[in-house]
Amino acid sequence: MSGKHSILIRGGRLIDPANGVDRQADVLVTDDVVAQIGEVNEPADADRVIDATDRLVVPGLIDLHVHFREPGDEEEETIASGSAAALAGGFTSVVCMPNTKPAIDEATRVEYVHRMGRQARKTFIYVMGAITQGRQGKELAEIGLMAAAGAVGFTDDGMGVQDTAVMLQALKYARMLDALVAQHCQDDTLARGGVMNAGYNATVLGLPGIDPLAEELMLWRDVQLVKKTGTRYHAQHISTAGSVEIIRQAKAEGLPVTCEVTPHHLLLTDNAIAEYDTNFKVNPPLRTNRDIEALKAAIAEGLVDALATDHAPHLKSEKELEFLAAPFGIASLECALGLYVKALVDPGVIGWPELIAMLTHRPARVLRVARGTLGVGDRADITIINPDVEYVIDADRFLSKSRNCPYNGWLARSRVEKTFVAGELRYEAPER
Amino acid sequence: MARRRTDKFRWRHKHLLGLRDLRRGEIEHILDTAEGFEEISTRSIKKAPVLRGKVVVNMFFEDSTRTRNSFTLAANRLSADVIEFTKTASSVSKGETLIDTARNLEAMGIDIVVIRHGAGGAPKLVSRSINACVVNAGDGFNEHPTQALLDVYTIRKVCGGFEGLKVGIVGDIAHSRVARSNIWALSKLGAQVILIGPPTLMPSCVEQLPVRVSYSLDAVLEELDVINMLRIQFERLGGNPFPSVREYSHFFGLTVDRMKRAKPDLVVMHPGPINRGLEIESEVADGPNSVILQQVAHGLAVRMAVLFLVHQAAIEEQREHRQKHRG
Repeated sequence: MSGKHSILIRGGRLIDPANGVDRQADVLVTDDVVAQIGEVNEPADADRVIDATDRLVVPGLIDLHVHFREPGDEEEETIASGSAAALAGGFTSVVCMPNTKPAIDEATRVEYVHRMGRQARKTFIYVMGAITQGRQGKELAEIGLMAAAGAVGFTDDGMGVQDTAVMLQALKYARMLDALVAQHCQDDTLARGGVMNAGYNATVLGLPGIDPLAEELMLWRDVQLVKKTGTRYHAQHISTAGSVEIIRQAKAEGLPVTCEVTPHHLLLTDNAIAEYDTNFKVNPPLRTNRDIEALKAAIAEGLVDALATDHAPHLKSEKELEFLAAPFGIASLECALGLYVKALVDPGVIGWPELIAMLTHRPARVLRVARGTLGVGDRADITIINPDVEYVIDADRFLSKSRNCPYNGWLARSRVEKTFVAGELRYEAPER
Repeated sequence: MARRRTDKFRWRHKHLLGLRDLRRGEIEHILDTAEGFEEISTRSIKKAPVLRGKVVVNMFFEDSTRTRNSFTLAANRLSADVIEFTKTASSVSKGETLIDTARNLEAMGIDIVVIRHGAGGAPKLVSRSINACVVNAGDGFNEHPTQALLDVYTIRKVCGGFEGLKVGIVGDIAHSRVARSNIWALSKLGAQVILIGPPTLMPSCVEQLPVRVSYSLDAVLEELDVINMLRIQFERLGGNPFPSVREYSHFFGLTVDRMKRAKPDLVVMHPGPINRGLEIESEVADGPNSVILQQVAHGLAVRMAVLFLVHQAAIEEQREHRQKHRG
């Protein structure tokens, strides 16, 4: 093919928090990079001109916590179906968690995930490796070799590393590599057997609870270890007011600690479980309004580095089990943006620029990847959003293979209209 | 049949999943209906034809002797056919799911499912999946409504009513479905419930329940009109909620000594089976204050009433459905 391919996105509100940009501007994409920003005269040879009037033009969104179930549970989701769902949600980069079957605990498996991502040709696929072999919490996995293969961090997500000595070793070793260690904070001695937040609702429903302390104790422990090792540490899906306090203090002390919050921990409480609906069964569990308020306050304060869906697809037949037996997890990639808007922008907790920051360059900074910005010369990962359109979330239309979405039927505001990855239009919302 | 309340009352629930969602009048209606059925047990021919040609399935995913027998006999006395279905809870997450099992049974044309299951909410799940009536015979730590109904039925018989009555429930409240159903029933009926046990056996946020809590049996013993001694279920206790059986009995066992300090007409109850010498001394369990065997007898009448009422509600629902489609 001769000549360059160019796309002009005209008249949108460009929000690029990394560069402090929030203004009306045209964006010219040439091949896979941003070529020009500002008032752009339409080039004679533009392959496509997109009218973005009244639209937001933002860096492609990043979700640093998804479960695409491949290898092992391809009936629930594959890297191809998951990344198609991600594109529809406006995400151009996602980070797959390593709790697959088998676990991503060595370099060839990291490479496998990357390869499946390239083959799917949807979003950019990053992967975190397991901290310990088989996520058993006992022996360190080959963190160094996985890092060399491109793993962007390490976690035993789905559970925390219980043994303090093992965690200390992992942090020390990761420090040598300057690698990121992420943790699903949950002390199993307190949480074991629990299926929902420990509290009045669990008592009334006769279901075993998970005490907020189970999360907070492990987070606190890890922060003490990080003080000693200096390792980059990321607390995954924090869910309690107590965890917010621990993060606040760690950041105040200047520790390299970051954290993420999910949409469900901002929108739902354990009151939702009254009818034993397993679509509300998630780990960490849904907490209380007090916790939601604390998480929102932390977001308003800038303490939360990233928003992450923890997209966790499951089969209908699995979610139709007894509440005790059903798997944990909520699938929400495709409606995530509307959920964040409902939780944070509509009630005025933050504005669009802050929201976009937590979905782009701030998670990129946690991961240390060159993504999430939209300056001249940057890779043209771009999401175009209609911020004002309202629509009803319909899980039956999800591109994800799974339907375990508690927001089905909710009214959401703001929709992703187009998603570009490396200058290529890979998703366009269907006309409704 | 003897009815205390007027016949205008309409019972509308085709399932009995728990007592938490019932109103006081509905609970009283079950008790009144049970009185009518208790009388049948005194006849020489102990059968009523109200469920003739109907099929009741006992779906028990947990061990049970007395509850299962009681439901079987109750169904037999109402002339129903009974299918016994047993499955170990260990296969719950593998192979056939609970919903599959229920739908398979329903395909055989059953009318009422009596279900006991180790997972809280399992009866609700079944009730959402099939058209038959569902009666909860105990689900996890959630509810055991017919046990609580027979408990309050017994209390009403012995004490005459509930106003001003103080009922102590002693033991492992955290893991007890009997306690939960009793709390809902007794508080709705106007009795005061006092939960008694070590903090390690109390559920989270117990203070938000409609109860008083005491960590000392001795501190409240003299106030009590009724005492319900829960069975210590070793298979349910997680971790180490008390140091030893001996220490538990020392603080929370109902002993002959303690009976001397209690009200002379204290009503002693136990949902069974009894751990003699652990939560209750034999002499007390078999003594004049004990109504433990009456509880068992009343269980039959209460379960007959429940099977009858849910079935009536199902018939009513069908009739309304037909009328709607005709009209």
